[in-house]
Amino acid sequence: MKLERNKRVKKLAVWTWSWVATMAIATFGPEFIWDGHPFLTAFAIIVNLANGILMILANRDLFNHFDELEKKIHLESMAISLGLAVVVGLTFSLLDQQNLIPFDADIGFLVMFIGITYLVSMLINTRRYK
Amino acid sequence: MKNRIRDLRTAKGMTQEDLAEIIGVSRQTINAIEKEKFDPSLPTAFKMAQLFELPIEQIFLFEI
Repeated sequence: MKLERNKRVKKLAVWTWSWVATMAIATFGPEFIWDGHPFLTAFAIIVNLANGILMILANRDLFNHFDELEKKIHLESMAISLGLAVVVGLTFSLLDQQNLIPFDADIGFLVMFIGITYLVSMLINTRRYK
Repeated sequence: MKNRIRDLRTAKGMTQEDLAEIIGVSRQTINAIEKEKFDPSLPTAFKMAQLFELPIEQIFLFEI
């Protein structure tokens, strides 16, 4: 069971890191590597998207390998993260529309917020069942 | 739900890790079940009943 788990965790880590790498290439490549060539830019974005889909599939594969308690912990954490992302994300967007915050409501903030809420929810839920 | 997993496991001389390996769940899950913080699924309860050679109702005690 542990060997199977480790195999899936490694697979997810590989796809996650390569997704981050292809994201960096797609972001900075047009400016620093290929001088804004539209075909190369589109190609880099498509490669990043395909890599992201493979990362999601690896994540689903790992999730399906979890046992019942682990699935419950992850599902509760996902529910909290998703709910907070929708509510806080829209509040953030409203604040931006009404010019009540001194910066733009960038998608990066929401992604960071989801990551942090998921991590905190996981820690709290894991402690609850210890 | 109350259960007798800890007593039955120790009577068989098994660790939580051993039981987890046989049932196919993590050690943390066995710990949570023993501490009655988590109720197992029906397949897991049946596996435990088979392992301890007891009917489910003698392992898990349902109380309203």
